[in-house]
Amino acid sequence: MKAGARLYALHGAVIAVLLALNFLLPAYHHGLMARILVLATFAMGYNLTFGYGGLLSLGHAMFFAAGLYGAGLSIQHLGFGVPEAFLAALACGALLALVVGVLALRTTGVAFMIVTLMFSQAVHLAIIYFSAFTGGDQGLMLRPQQRRVETVLGTLNLTDPNTRYLVALALFTVVLFLMLALVRSGFGRVLVAIRENEERTRMLGYDTFSGRLAALVVSGTVCAAAGAAYGILFGYVGANFASVQYSILPLLWVLLGGAATTLGPLFGTVFMYYVVDIASGYTSAYMLVVGVVLILLVLFFRKGLLGTVRERWLRWLP
Amino acid sequence: MAFGPHLLLAILEGLVTSAVLALTALGLSLVFGVMRVVNVAHGEFFMLGAVLAWAVATTVGASPASGFAAALVIAPLIVGVVALLAERLVLRRVNYDPEATIVATIGLLYILQQLALTFYGADARPVPPPFNLRISLPWFGYSAYKLSIIATSAALLLLSWLVLTRTRAGLIMRATQYDRETAQAFGIPVGRVYATVFAIGAMLAAIAAVLIVPISQAHYLMGQDPLLLSFAVVIIGGLGSLRGTVVAALLIGISDGVISMFFSPTLAKLIATLAVAMVLVFRPQGLFGKVAR
Repeated sequence: MKAGARLYALHGAVIAVLLALNFLLPAYHHGLMARILVLATFAMGYNLTFGYGGLLSLGHAMFFAAGLYGAGLSIQHLGFGVPEAFLAALACGALLALVVGVLALRTTGVAFMIVTLMFSQAVHLAIIYFSAFTGGDQGLMLRPQQRRVETVLGTLNLTDPNTRYLVALALFTVVLFLMLALVRSGFGRVLVAIRENEERTRMLGYDTFSGRLAALVVSGTVCAAAGAAYGILFGYVGANFASVQYSILPLLWVLLGGAATTLGPLFGTVFMYYVVDIASGYTSAYMLVVGVVLILLVLFFRKGLLGTVRERWLRWLP
Repeated sequence: MAFGPHLLLAILEGLVTSAVLALTALGLSLVFGVMRVVNVAHGEFFMLGAVLAWAVATTVGASPASGFAAALVIAPLIVGVVALLAERLVLRRVNYDPEATIVATIGLLYILQQLALTFYGADARPVPPPFNLRISLPWFGYSAYKLSIIATSAALLLLSWLVLTRTRAGLIMRATQYDRETAQAFGIPVGRVYATVFAIGAMLAAIAAVLIVPISQAHYLMGQDPLLLSFAVVIIGGLGSLRGTVVAALLIGISDGVISMFFSPTLAKLIATLAVAMVLVFRPQGLFGKVAR
């Protein structure tokens, strides 16, 4: 178990650094990092299907939105507390991923991308269409008193920046170790085998459809968790988060950080978020930055940051 | 207005949508069929055509007719050059790998959108139509310009069909689509064919945009709906089938017109996207396409 111990030490060290940043970062960057941690969780969910499963989806915004609205609407209209709303969001994400998966996984390659894109568009349009419940393009604001959790130890106030950062980090940590365990498990290896050679994996007796479906459901649930956390922590639920842009961004973060690496999504999200943040200080043309980075990545840097590190130096990175 | 005339108006509006959509989708279908890549930036070529049409029409500006005529020639040419550059500098270098192409054209989408926002601005601006004539029907007057869009589009589609089926250039394109490697073995310069097809595809979208811009203004975000609906048309009509493209454009355009008029435009788009997804899942070759070899 030497390799395993080394991996857990590495991932534990990353979490420790992120925890230390909570006390070290100035207020502005502290707030930014809290968002980044939630979005990196979203990217990790995306990475499971795209990186390990080899399924390029252009519709993961719908799972993020399922979590966002699953939590937001149940708080707003059903009067749910935060924990129940979070569970409802997970259920929404899992259910949506199951339905979409059963249909979309009948296709592969380009058809899969377009089917996921279309389903995601349909979710986005449905959110706008049912604006009586969802607030449409305007979205919903969650009031501060709706964003408190009563625990045995006292009230957890999710509008407080410090609590927000720690809750985001807790979610990130749980998902990071879940991903690490998953990709090191038999299931993770079968998933990679399906990506590399579906025919051969099927010949070896594995049910490749179920494998992919399970990966998509886990991925959808993780993305929904990120969506729910984003809505509850930052108090805003909007249709913008269901748009194509939020399907492209996790793809960009994962490609940049390194597909099929456990820590890649974090590095990709941090890097890209800061590039856009710094660029927007000089120019309003942040979409230009996103576009140019995407093209450069595809042309010159297909493996991303951690993918390159793994190829050159650290072969043992998961 | 009674139900009948209302329906007639909805169908006429739908026909205008279909005419523009058929041209845009034909461009996407050509690229998809011959090069086997999905161009996500296709809607941005449409947008670029409209924005350039405004720029050309305001620069020339002698009269609405001459401004529009200049735009109809110059805007598609510039868009063709932009597409050619994108093909040479990016798509060829990723070797037309389907996934890399999608990511790269998404990048192109953002770049074009941002450039349009920076240099053209966030306003929607109209181009004056080349002529202002209303044809009086018994129930309502209808713009003759809109009817001329339908006629122009039909003529261009007919021309494309003739080029594809009756000329040497069309034969070369069809050969490349049918079997790239054999075509290359017979001395067809596949690289040049790809570059040409990509440019023509973008120019078709640009022409469609110039035609529509006098009735719906030019705006930097206008590329999204044409992209979505073109996908719908190409997928429902079947890959590389010109007849399927036209039938699907009519189907989607008219139902879009009718549903938009009687219910809501959002519902029309919602139904179109779900229809596309379902067709792809259950009938991947499209409603009119043949099963792939």
